[in-house]
Amino acid sequence: MQAFLHQLLSGIATGGIYASLALALVMIHQATHHINFAQGELAMFATYIAWTLVQAGVPYWAAFVLTLVFAFALGVFLQNVVLRPVQNAPFFSVVIVFIGLLVIFNSLAGWIFTYTVKTFPSPFPIRAWYGSNYLSPHEVGMTAVTLVVLVLVFAFFRFTNLGLAMRGAAQNPAASRLVGISVGRMLALGAGLAGAIGAVAGIMAAPILYLEPNMMSGILLYGLAGAVLGGIDNPWGAALGGVMVGVLENLAGAYVVGTELKLSVALLVIIFVLLFKPSGLFGRSIVVRV
Amino acid sequence: MSAILAIAKLDAAYGETKVLSQVDLSIEEGGITALLGANGAGKTTLLRAICNMMVKVRGEISFMGTRIDGRATESIARLGIGHVPDGRGTFSHLSVEENLRLGAYTRRDRKGVADDFERVYTYFPRLRERHLQQAGTLSGGEQQMLAIARALMMRPKLLLLDEPSFGLAPVIVQEIFRILGAINRDEKMSMLLVEQNANLALDLADHAYLIETGEIVMGGEAAVISGNPSVRRAYLGY
Repeated sequence: MQAFLHQLLSGIATGGIYASLALALVMIHQATHHINFAQGELAMFATYIAWTLVQAGVPYWAAFVLTLVFAFALGVFLQNVVLRPVQNAPFFSVVIVFIGLLVIFNSLAGWIFTYTVKTFPSPFPIRAWYGSNYLSPHEVGMTAVTLVVLVLVFAFFRFTNLGLAMRGAAQNPAASRLVGISVGRMLALGAGLAGAIGAVAGIMAAPILYLEPNMMSGILLYGLAGAVLGGIDNPWGAALGGVMVGVLENLAGAYVVGTELKLSVALLVIIFVLLFKPSGLFGRSIVVRV
Repeated sequence: MSAILAIAKLDAAYGETKVLSQVDLSIEEGGITALLGANGAGKTTLLRAICNMMVKVRGEISFMGTRIDGRATESIARLGIGHVPDGRGTFSHLSVEENLRLGAYTRRDRKGVADDFERVYTYFPRLRERHLQQAGTLSGGEQQMLAIARALMMRPKLLLLDEPSFGLAPVIVQEIFRILGAINRDEKMSMLLVEQNANLALDLADHAYLIETGEIVMGGEAAVISGNPSVRRAYLGY
């Protein structure tokens, strides 16, 4: 029972990382109907910025905040400079642009920071009152940080006018312009927020995964799987889907097939679910009367 | 009375397809001007041209003395032009209340916005009853009301209405037109009303224009237009 709880909770902890990335993907997808395949690499690159800052002696949480600002600015920059010009391009042209960004940031990180695997500090002590046999303090802290981010994002979209305007712009750009909303600005803001959320995931995952240019490639896949499992058109479903992938992966690894095949089993379960619920577990069935 | 909106020598095209040519039109401040014409005559395109939306435009458009042609759609809206587009264009996944909040998005006077919620709910009591309902689940008439109410939340100086009667039951259409008339009377809000239903539009409007294949063929007081024999034959059916 204790071992099971451990596997379950540690699955939730890693699932939180997938959930963050899933949320970042869904935010871009809702506004543009595209998957930003470079989201993971942007997070990885931001994590290197955090690492550089910490190495330079910047206190951890200051480096954390500065990195989020950087990731936000990077997201806004890419949206305005690279993605806006191709917004009306054919679907696969945009896919190629995203894949191009993925490769560029991956090589850029390797070129600047080398491919040597680096340790990344955790802000949480090795022993702390909130650590236990089930979860290490870092896993507890990581889950808490992820949860805070998800709640903040949820509150932003639910309770602020700016959040509402972003939802409106994603849903109906033409009508948004008619009420005076600048859709371009909302897209840039969305890309910035997605970048910052991804950066949190990267910084929290790095102490466990170690920092190297391919650190996030797996997480992008799990995040995407989580988003599809939960429902790509529902941010909260997607986040929950991410957590579920983490749990599934961990339990399958511990009890069913061992670590080598654990991801295959998790993805098999997802495919099975999608056979019966193609729009994802929490995918909205949209009701529209014409 | 002076013109709140003046259009001169306006051409409009979708890509290479020219839809409007040399349109001259002006809207009296505080009045209701109707724009009548058959399907495909260019009515919707004219409204889109005013808001610089999806259509390429050449010519002059002045709103309250300021040139607005070439401006971004959102900045034209911020100047005080409320557009109720064809197909209503509500945010179907958002609630009625959220739709109205978005209508007031550019406003910073919290008190005024709160008053305007009351004001539009008074005009459209059904929207108050359904304020938490998802807009996409409203009936066609209620969605049209919501689209108008959302535009009212901007406190526009000019309201553009694209076939508010489209696809609705006659009794609902009458209700909507009665409310539009009341808004115009109570608030002196200027309106440009695009309609295929000429009878209805000429009853409500004080001025009217007739558009045929992209050109204005007639314009003047609504009473004069509805008295014109060829208009009666072609548009009024008697």
